[in-house]
Amino acid sequence: MKSAVIVFPGSNCDRDVAVALEQSTGRAPVMHWHGDPQLPDVDLIVLPGGFSYGDYLRAGAMAAHATSVMPTVVERARKGVRVLGICNGFQVLTEAGLLPGALMRNTNLSYVCRDVWLRVENNRTPFTEGYGLAQVVRIPVAHHDGNYYADDATLKHLADKDRVAFRYCDRDGGFRAPDNPNGSRDNIAGIFNESGTVLGLMPHPERLADPRLGGTDGRPMFDALARALG
Amino acid sequence: MKAKVHVTLKSGVLDPQGKAVQNALTGLGFGGVDSVRQGKYIELDLEETDAERARESVDAMCRQLLANTVIENYHIDIEG
Repeated sequence: MKSAVIVFPGSNCDRDVAVALEQSTGRAPVMHWHGDPQLPDVDLIVLPGGFSYGDYLRAGAMAAHATSVMPTVVERARKGVRVLGICNGFQVLTEAGLLPGALMRNTNLSYVCRDVWLRVENNRTPFTEGYGLAQVVRIPVAHHDGNYYADDATLKHLADKDRVAFRYCDRDGGFRAPDNPNGSRDNIAGIFNESGTVLGLMPHPERLADPRLGGTDGRPMFDALARALG
Repeated sequence: MKAKVHVTLKSGVLDPQGKAVQNALTGLGFGGVDSVRQGKYIELDLEETDAERARESVDAMCRQLLANTVIENYHIDIEG
């Protein structure tokens, strides 16, 4: 499997996800600078976490609308190339129109940096088939703008079409308000596009993909992608 | 020409920052503030000299970049 990690000014999880990808695929991803529109042919494009352009205007807005590489990323995504957006990458995907909704300021106005519990809501995609349905996993979040908002009709559509990938939950997979770290509607932590080929999520699976980092609940995502994409 | 753009959250979209500001005002003793909604104000100096064309151009800027129309409304004032 060939993969590329897009690097924006202000990305800071690009190396972490590259390490996780290489561990699972045996192959280092291409680190692709945002200013170069000539993106190599790859099976997976990753938009990493961080604070591209210092979150100027809105988190992810400048990266989505003002970089040479994004039109290519959008075009490839529309052709079915797998795209994974983590944290800032999720924000970029919503700003670019590849995923519905928006990520707003956390309701408690705090930067939230801790492990959270997530319930796997759909495990029939190349991103999530390494997990069991309704499995509860522990993955860290680190964000100020992770409060997922979409209107009622969009939320219903996402639920009806099985497009919610992960929901914030408690240790047992139940939903209580304190287990929603940012106020996201319907406890949404990650969603797919219509065809299940684009995933955006606020939590950072790449940060818990090695036992030396204190956990491996993030690793099945990268292992599953490596299996699915060869 | 000068364009003045106000970007505000759509009604129905929660504004936690506005809510915090409202609570702070109440705490400072300013009574009777029923709600606070926080937004952005953007000023653009334009080469365009025709007000109609300036508005069309800024409208396109708002739709493509300055506002996120999923959650925000925008209002444009053009001044000569």
